[in-house]
Amino acid sequence: MTVELAGLTLASPLLVASGCGGTGRELVPYLGEQGLAALGGFVTRSITLDARAGGPAPRLVETPSGLLHATGLPNPGIDLFLATELPWLARQDTRVVVSVAGRTIGEYAELARRLGRSPGLAAIEVNVDALETGSGEPFQAGSVVAAVKRDLPRGLPVLVKIRPDLVRVVETVRVVLEAGADAVVVGTAQPAALPDGRPAGLSGPAVRPLALRCVTEVCAAFPDAQVVGGGGIATAADARSFLAAGAVAVQVGAALLHDPTTAARLAADLTQETVR
Amino acid sequence: MTVTTGERAGAVHASGELLDTKRIGAFRHLTVVAPGVPERFRPGNFVAVSVGDSSFLARRSYWVHRVRPVGGYGATVQLVVDPNGVGGAWLASLPAGSRIEVTGPLGRPFALPKEPVSCLLVGEGYSAAPLFPLAERLRERGCAVTMVVAGADEAHLLSSLEARRSVRAVTVVTADGSVGQKGRVAGVIEEALARSQAEVVYAAGPHDTLHAVAAAAEAHGAWSQTAVEVPQPCATGLCHGCPVPVVGEDGVARVARACSDGPVLRGDRVRWGDLG
Repeated sequence: MTVELAGLTLASPLLVASGCGGTGRELVPYLGEQGLAALGGFVTRSITLDARAGGPAPRLVETPSGLLHATGLPNPGIDLFLATELPWLARQDTRVVVSVAGRTIGEYAELARRLGRSPGLAAIEVNVDALETGSGEPFQAGSVVAAVKRDLPRGLPVLVKIRPDLVRVVETVRVVLEAGADAVVVGTAQPAALPDGRPAGLSGPAVRPLALRCVTEVCAAFPDAQVVGGGGIATAADARSFLAAGAVAVQVGAALLHDPTTAARLAADLTQETVR
Repeated sequence: MTVTTGERAGAVHASGELLDTKRIGAFRHLTVVAPGVPERFRPGNFVAVSVGDSSFLARRSYWVHRVRPVGGYGATVQLVVDPNGVGGAWLASLPAGSRIEVTGPLGRPFALPKEPVSCLLVGEGYSAAPLFPLAERLRERGCAVTMVVAGADEAHLLSSLEARRSVRAVTVVTADGSVGQKGRVAGVIEEALARSQAEVVYAAGPHDTLHAVAAAAEAHGAWSQTAVEVPQPCATGLCHGCPVPVVGEDGVARVARACSDGPVLRGDRVRWGDLG
């Protein structure tokens, strides 16, 4: 079951969500013979300009039907990522989507410039929630997307990941589409807090109904937009409900941490659906 | 004398069967049929188990105590479970015949010396489990093996009886003196090192014990291999949620993942003071 997303043909409507697939290598043992090629695409953990060690423990805390996470975006920085991780991913016969995160609009623009010169990636996913100031503000998300689009030297599709916050999601999608986003990913973590009060994201089945509602609203408001849905998807039935709401593809994230074979099973199940 | 890095084994995700469960002291010993796991096992590997109530998303990691063939079932893995916390209490309460989702063997195992040198193995509480198969492996290589087995009291001590087959001498230490010497590992490690003339020290237990062993080994000019135990939300290297502060070969401070860069790390590479 191939799908078209932002001008790309994906082998499956199922992508691995940012931050839940390690570097890609760790997921391979659980994907069967096809490896990452079994999936529609692999979204990397968010890559920043400079290396980040990540935050203190605990970084992930269990909450009923969910995981709270405050990882601090550990990653090797764009230079080491391009040298050591992207070349391997590019050989895996899957669509590689590089998630980018910056403290400032300038950092996003610089990341776009570096990535735009690199072979092997299919698209960029902009994690707009990482901004130091104005994170969650629709106009800031629009400014980030405009900067990324402006500095991309070639026509790489830009996906923008947006919080499933019902109050603002439609407005944010409008702004980022106007700024040039080729597709939106509705379903990043819900803003939450760890028991010790540190800001965190909440992911997992606990947020699924909220994310589904947001995807439904976005698809209704922008019938021509390319929408990727996500948030707590753990079964093929979950994935189908997002597709039925109008999403062209879905991302699976937290479920992989509970059962790393989830991506392969869902991809196979969604493919069988169309064969029947 | 060289000790190389332990090579990671390929892991599988299996629907396992709990063949046998018995209480030994304060712990529960489980025998699990999990096809593909025992065949790939090396001492220091662990397995991740999913809690049956799927609203608990984080995995629970357990040391593999033994790999044994059981008539009619092929190889099995034996786990030691501390029946505390949601996952441990659930797993300890399961009757024989229950199905459990098991991923393994995971993590970098203990690195083995290339030459038949003297080795000291230090284990505390249930964490001593991986040292028993290690002792067998070292003996096969002609290493002289000495062991220190420690615990809070007799109930929290893994049986040293079986170890006596593979090792030259066993020192038993309990905090309350209920069996063996009264005291902690930190109090006996110097003498054990001096007496064994060990060139490699392997340790598994709480952080303060590992720290004491690593420091003592360094002072004696011995290599140390420490099995670090921190909560591992996914246990497969996907989530970056099990940070261990380390120092790289180049002397630069980094953060490793316990589950996939470890759990066995060189004792002189862990920044114990930052581990908490």
